[in-house]
Amino acid sequence: MSKMHVTTTINGEPMEFLADASSSLLDVLRGPLGLTGTKEGCGTGDCGACSVTVDGRLMCACLVLAVEAEGRSIGTIEGMAQGETLHPLQQKFLEMAALQCGICTPGVLISARALLEKNPDPTEEEVRFGLAGNLCRCTGYDKIVRAVLETAADMRESAR
Amino acid sequence: MNDMSNKWIGTRTIRPDGADKVTGRATYSADNTMPGMIWGKILRSPHAHARIRSIDTSKAEALPGVKAVVTAKDLVDFPIDKSVMLGIQDMRWMARNVLAKEKALFHGHPVAAVAAINEEVAAAACALIEVDYEVLPHVIEIEDAIKPDAPILHEWNQFEGKPSNIAGTMVLKAGDIEKGFAEADIVVERTFTTRPVHQGYIEPHACTVSHAADGRVTIWSSSQGQFMVRAMTSLLTGIPQSNIRAIPAEIGGGFGAKTIVYLEPVAVMLSKKSGRPVKIVMSRDDVQRATGPAPGSLMTVKIGAKKDGTLVAAQGTFYLQAGGLPGSPLRGPVGCSFAAYAIPNVLSTGYDVVSNRSKVAAYRAPGAPHGAFATESVLDEIAEKLGLDPLDMRVRNSAKPGDKAIYGATFGDVTFVETIDAIRKHPHYKAPLDKNPRPGVKRGRGVASGFWYNAGGESSVQVNITEDGNVVVTTGHPDVGGSRASIANVVAELMGIDHSRVNVIIGDTQTIGFSNLTGGSRVTFASAMVATASCEKVIGQLKDRAAKIWKIDAEAVKWEDGMALPAGDNAGKFPPLSLKELAAKANEMGGPIGTQVQLNTTGADPGFATHCVDVEVDVDLGIVRVLRYTAAQDVGRALHPGYVEGQIQGGVVQGIGWALSEEYLYDKNGRVDNASFLDYRMPVCSDVPMIEALVIEIPNSKHPQGVRGVGEAPIVPPLAAIANAVHDALGKRFTALPMSPPKVVARLEQAD
Repeated sequence: MSKMHVTTTINGEPMEFLADASSSLLDVLRGPLGLTGTKEGCGTGDCGACSVTVDGRLMCACLVLAVEAEGRSIGTIEGMAQGETLHPLQQKFLEMAALQCGICTPGVLISARALLEKNPDPTEEEVRFGLAGNLCRCTGYDKIVRAVLETAADMRESAR
Repeated sequence: MNDMSNKWIGTRTIRPDGADKVTGRATYSADNTMPGMIWGKILRSPHAHARIRSIDTSKAEALPGVKAVVTAKDLVDFPIDKSVMLGIQDMRWMARNVLAKEKALFHGHPVAAVAAINEEVAAAACALIEVDYEVLPHVIEIEDAIKPDAPILHEWNQFEGKPSNIAGTMVLKAGDIEKGFAEADIVVERTFTTRPVHQGYIEPHACTVSHAADGRVTIWSSSQGQFMVRAMTSLLTGIPQSNIRAIPAEIGGGFGAKTIVYLEPVAVMLSKKSGRPVKIVMSRDDVQRATGPAPGSLMTVKIGAKKDGTLVAAQGTFYLQAGGLPGSPLRGPVGCSFAAYAIPNVLSTGYDVVSNRSKVAAYRAPGAPHGAFATESVLDEIAEKLGLDPLDMRVRNSAKPGDKAIYGATFGDVTFVETIDAIRKHPHYKAPLDKNPRPGVKRGRGVASGFWYNAGGESSVQVNITEDGNVVVTTGHPDVGGSRASIANVVAELMGIDHSRVNVIIGDTQTIGFSNLTGGSRVTFASAMVATASCEKVIGQLKDRAAKIWKIDAEAVKWEDGMALPAGDNAGKFPPLSLKELAAKANEMGGPIGTQVQLNTTGADPGFATHCVDVEVDVDLGIVRVLRYTAAQDVGRALHPGYVEGQIQGGVVQGIGWALSEEYLYDKNGRVDNASFLDYRMPVCSDVPMIEALVIEIPNSKHPQGVRGVGEAPIVPPLAAIANAVHDALGKRFTALPMSPPKVVARLEQAD
């Protein structure tokens, strides 16, 4: 079967690729596009390591068909920092040791950003439920939740 | 050196590998590619137990796009009757786990592998491999495997003169157990079961391997020890270690389970046969079925005490599941269960039981959480029956310095009581708890303690001064949770320079000296010790250079704040020479500055932990929620407090999963029924509260910075602490894990 041609936008940049009808967005990101920052932990949408945004909406890239990227705007971890300037969440995760092995970190950061865009002033419970789709086996979530709450406070402060 | 006013040691610096990890640039094992690379796939057994009569790979080999097929015949033969050990692993079993030989021993057991131009062709080729199986009756649970008429996995294995699934035993004794129980005022005996639990690392196993035309092999994979990967691959393929370069990728969690190989030797043989680099990536389904887990257990613990709570006798019988091949971690429950207590009469026995499930792998304090679940539950019951505070009773019975531990060592420092005191004095333990907050809901509080041996062992650290006067440190240990950050703190401190001038990296097997596994809570202990020795040598070199420049004795030079200075007025008056200045003059004054130190480290005193937990139980639905958790542990010295707390918090939450929700489910054909993260239920963010880590720092006198291992001890107490809390809430003892909703409801319906 011949591959399908897809025109999309990834991290604000125009992108074209060819994909099998059965390929997931995750397969294409990690394979031909070389964007390996998005991780595969399960391939069934249960771990959140492949969290990306599609037109601003949080998704597991393993559950999105590659061809569904047509005409959409995809956001991945590689687009989270602006050049040398880390996103406040990225910086806070470093300062607060909110990662250990780091394999879940790209997905957690993408999810946390999506959460804060919708809810800039979340409670601890809202953060915990907002990140409930992102498995982390190293940290016990404590420092992740604290880092998200502190980032939210900082971002509210700087938005004033 | 162990000065609490240190500038870098004990501070929350940003880890050297951090920016790459938050931007997606860090490369884990599945992120690598090689030019000309093809894809490997593993054919796995569809049966839980079957003799392999023959394997016909001809149709698979004939499929266009297939480049190589391998089976166990392509690996080095390890005859059953001759043990070949590498550390604690027997290569007879490792080889048969990597590719099944005489028998498929569990559903998902690898039987052959294919390399092809893409994953689809490789999968199609796997389907064309014809394996002639003689399907045999299978056995999954310990209780069934030790019955006299159980299906026998290994006909050659004898126990008490008969073919058996008991593949090994371990016995530790002290005193006279009969006499001890006779002296007791109270004896409590209970039988406990725990289910196998997976380590649950988010990164599936993967590797990319190149076997070049000249026989040189490059392996890119994530593991808890690149030297382990090299050694096992060498043993299983027959390729000398000098020709195998194992490059450690970033590791996406291991928790003990990445201390053995699954894919690398297979990929090497596929690459050798095909002449192409080969990449293999496991699916989550593969990981859950065929890697890890920690063993399930069947345990009976009997403890006798005097009325005042003094423990006089303890007996433990621990059956652990090894999986399809021998090798469960008996020294965990047998050695650790009673180790924290001064009990004069002890008999601790372990049995290694094979059954048709995947071969177990290490998981954080291997075997110790099982034993602590049993022992710490029985201690709680004794305290309850005697009307004693459970923590007071533990203090009364703590082992003392100079005591001979049941596992043979003589205790140096024993800092168990300090962990208990930290909990006793903590507001959590004293806080009122409303045990009946609303209808249908009960609350309870529980405590438990834990012990882990900790470990030293071999480490190598290279410290090089760059030409521009900065420092590059190379260690031989994969960094699973912040060890680079800790070592950077130590080196910046010792060299007296800003943290930003130190870069710590992990070497591959051909660029740094032998370094043993990242495991057993040994890496920060050992590598900080060796990094210290390396820094001391380099500082010696720097002082020599300054002495030469000043034409004075090296003894008259001191090193302070990153500079050489005359040691006193008698040494003469010279302006200080900075690291940068000495580096700039290095070549004219004797050559490059740097050294590698390689040591077999000792002095890793054991780790103690005491935990307190509040739970809430919905008595109608059987849901147990953890409301509050406080974990105290003596860490000796927290080189980087953030990552020390993180080890404790992470270990606790893994323990919560073990206690409340995680277990393997099997269907009647012996196949794992919940091989996904949806159905294998690990704690998610909304399941748990904040975990308060009480980091106690009583310096280990045998370590230059006072470090004690951290990573294992935190997973030892939670199972019992939570069970004790559930008992406090409901008035019923839970002797079977997990305490998942259906099991809690069923237990509530039982009498007693």
